[in-house]
Amino acid sequence: MNQYPTWKYLLIASVIFICALYALPNLFGEDPSVQISPAYARDMKINEQVQDRVEAKLKEVDISYTSIDRNPRQLLVRFKDTDTQLKAYTILKKALSEYVVAQNLAPATPDWLRSLGGQPMYLGLDLRGGVHFLMQVDMETAIRQDEETYIAELRSRFREKKLRYKGIHRVVDGNGGIMVTFSDLEVAAEAKKFIEKQYNDLNVQADEYSLYLSFTEKALKDNKEKAIEQNITTLRNRVNELGVSEPIIQRQGEDRIVVQLPGVQDTARAKEILGATATLEFRMLANDDDEFGSRLYKRRNGEPVKLKRRLIVTGDQINDAAATIDQRSGSPAAVVRLNSEGGKRMLQTTRKNVGKPMAVVFIEYQVETKYVDGKKIVNRSKTEEVINVATIQEEFGNNFQITGLTSREANNLALLLRAGALKAPMEIIEERTIGPSLGKENIDMGLLSIVLGFLSVMLFMWMRYKNFGMVANLALLSNVIILIALLSLLQATLTLPGMAGIVLTLGMAVDANVLIFEKIREEIANGNSPQSSIHIGYEKAFHTIFDANITTLIAAVMLFSFGTGPIKGFAITLSLGIVTSMFTAIMLTRGVINYFYGGRNLTKLPV
Amino acid sequence: MFLNRFDYKIDFMGKRSISMALSVLLMAVSIYSIFTQGLNLGLDFTGGTLVEVGYKEAAKLENIRKVLKENGFAEATVQNFGTSQDVLIRIGKHEESKDDPLSSQILRILQAENKDVDMRRVEYVGPQIGKELVEKGGLAILYTLLAILIYVAFRFEYRFALGAIAALIHDTVITVGLFSVLQLEFDLTVLAAILAVIGYSLNDTIVVFDRIRENFVKLRKQDSIKVMNTSINQMLGRTVMTSVTTALVLIVLFFVGGQLIHGFSIALLFGVIIGTYSSIYIASASALALGISKADLMPVQKEGAEQQEQL
Repeated sequence: MNQYPTWKYLLIASVIFICALYALPNLFGEDPSVQISPAYARDMKINEQVQDRVEAKLKEVDISYTSIDRNPRQLLVRFKDTDTQLKAYTILKKALSEYVVAQNLAPATPDWLRSLGGQPMYLGLDLRGGVHFLMQVDMETAIRQDEETYIAELRSRFREKKLRYKGIHRVVDGNGGIMVTFSDLEVAAEAKKFIEKQYNDLNVQADEYSLYLSFTEKALKDNKEKAIEQNITTLRNRVNELGVSEPIIQRQGEDRIVVQLPGVQDTARAKEILGATATLEFRMLANDDDEFGSRLYKRRNGEPVKLKRRLIVTGDQINDAAATIDQRSGSPAAVVRLNSEGGKRMLQTTRKNVGKPMAVVFIEYQVETKYVDGKKIVNRSKTEEVINVATIQEEFGNNFQITGLTSREANNLALLLRAGALKAPMEIIEERTIGPSLGKENIDMGLLSIVLGFLSVMLFMWMRYKNFGMVANLALLSNVIILIALLSLLQATLTLPGMAGIVLTLGMAVDANVLIFEKIREEIANGNSPQSSIHIGYEKAFHTIFDANITTLIAAVMLFSFGTGPIKGFAITLSLGIVTSMFTAIMLTRGVINYFYGGRNLTKLPV
Repeated sequence: MFLNRFDYKIDFMGKRSISMALSVLLMAVSIYSIFTQGLNLGLDFTGGTLVEVGYKEAAKLENIRKVLKENGFAEATVQNFGTSQDVLIRIGKHEESKDDPLSSQILRILQAENKDVDMRRVEYVGPQIGKELVEKGGLAILYTLLAILIYVAFRFEYRFALGAIAALIHDTVITVGLFSVLQLEFDLTVLAAILAVIGYSLNDTIVVFDRIRENFVKLRKQDSIKVMNTSINQMLGRTVMTSVTTALVLIVLFFVGGQLIHGFSIALLFGVIIGTYSSIYIASASALALGISKADLMPVQKEGAEQQEQL
């Protein structure tokens, strides 16, 4: 009685072994390092040349590094201390300005462990320090801007089609929309037909001389989606500037964006950069002879380009941009849609310049506020970059496409064209910043709580249940190891409340063993033999343990669905801890007890 | 120090009128306090700005208050947080400017006064977020109770389910009441703790119910009160052990876990104590008051009989 087949022992042992392996990376600490990665949406690769440049630069200034790792996404240079890291960071940031260069604390997981996919737990902002912003996108303004673009477009289309209208304006109250009035009923009817045919994203309601236009449900939804996506893209572009090693920029709900910047302390600067405005300009390339009407620009790769001073179109005249496939050549292209004003200017220019190259310039304005002796000094800076040069194939106006790109380039160009400016204004509605000292303290306090909590429960269990208590303690230790392994593998965010959740799990996880051991004692008191008491204890306690744990799990799941950041961390560790404790407290302790006591002739039990 | 087995024969159910009176009193005080004093809601729910700074030496709160007042932040509350070096500054509703966030203004003012100041934490919660969290938090508690009611009703008899819910409402109200009476800060972590308390207390209740159900079948000749008493006494060892181990880790968390989770550990610690008490008294007594008897457990009898055969 009370014996497990060998495979069951092996199963238990291998689960513990594998979990111990994956919990291991958490013990190795971190290396101060500098991380070099491509800027978002720019077609750059981290290749050997980049590595060579970094190595050469570091050699030049005589900075030694402990290791250098390269993958297509990033180059990671590790240093022996933070002083060296800071020195290297300052130099590399200058030398590789077109890349995102960030200071980072890279996990010092040994290579063999990393090759098995082992990595330490992902720490939340409250443990590693950094900034969390929640931004609300002002959708109403976005829609209003769309309506205005449509009004401009309709004006010129009506003129083109010789549909004489009396007035066209945005409806200010209620649900918005556009009102067009005509003085002729026939023209109104014709205009209605025209709009219905050409604009399937508009609802048309006719009332004698006037037409009321509003976005269809689908168009509204699409516009909102586009607005939030574009804002996210813009934010990603801007976060590049901050040099953050692992930024998180995510949509939350319908109209919100979460920005998390680990390691960033200077919130004021972060806010300035995120709130920066950027735009685009289309300019013709200058000939050699117009020396005075030209200016020198730089391309992404640093190559100089001379452009004409005369501006064709600016970014705020771009309505939309998307990657597509050119109908004629079948090659990737970026389609750009300008508003009527921009279209007109583009038409005038291209008519005269077929066969000549045109450039797209990306311009970013930044505002930096500094305080010197309590006085506010505002620095406005402007960065300009030529992101694309293309030859004009034929004259075009509102709609045109830029070809001669790879599909990746087309995607990126479209992104940048759209990302030039925020589609809709945003407001920070929540900010949480944790300084590095507090983050460090939180880790230390969390760890100490886990260790002390663990020891006190162990002592107590040993006092009450003797040898069986020690078996429960072994299960408790395994539970912590499995929990840490799972958190590491899932890369779930560990927060301070999450650590509190681990501590709480420690206290609650022994409950299963308490239930079993009390039942065993009861059975012995009832005059059962030790072996059958063990058997009954485990069998009968199982249902109770299961029922009881399910309810805590329900609460934890509710908590997860409701909670934000740190609270979610608590819900995760609590629910994982409950699930893993079922394995350790029932299967593992049974295994150990079977191994030591099973199948023997016992007269009493050390419980 | 310990008895080998908690072999008690305490007449719990006989004293249920006393416990009921006590519970009703505690709940009345809690509800009265919640409605008159309200809760000392944390920043998460009220919205506003909070700045935590650390000094190298013990901070001079008076100086900080003075410079803040001079710079137009008369309404700021300044207090120590955890240690004498750490200071927490809260600003309720104050006009937030887009170009120059309040938190940066505060930090600058403090830096001008004393260079050795270290930013530890900044929180800003917009008014709309606070309102949302209050709503979502309340709903989370309601949904949890509902989900549990359904689960317990499904697994047990409905009178047990109602008894369990009565115990949970009892625990929640009295724990929130404690925060109201003592005016402890009620923030998101406390709310999380209360949800965890609900889970824990129910865990306790279910263990007792499981035994009651089993004993209703086993001890056919005894009346309901006796069966309940026996069951509670049989489970007392386990109830006490689990409460003690959980309380132990929470005490550790309270003393070592840092100021940030003080509220959290207080809520849980208190909740565990109340939860233990309620699973002994409130849950069973409510089921009894609703008239639970052997006859109601007839369908379950089959399951119990099977278990007995196994023996």
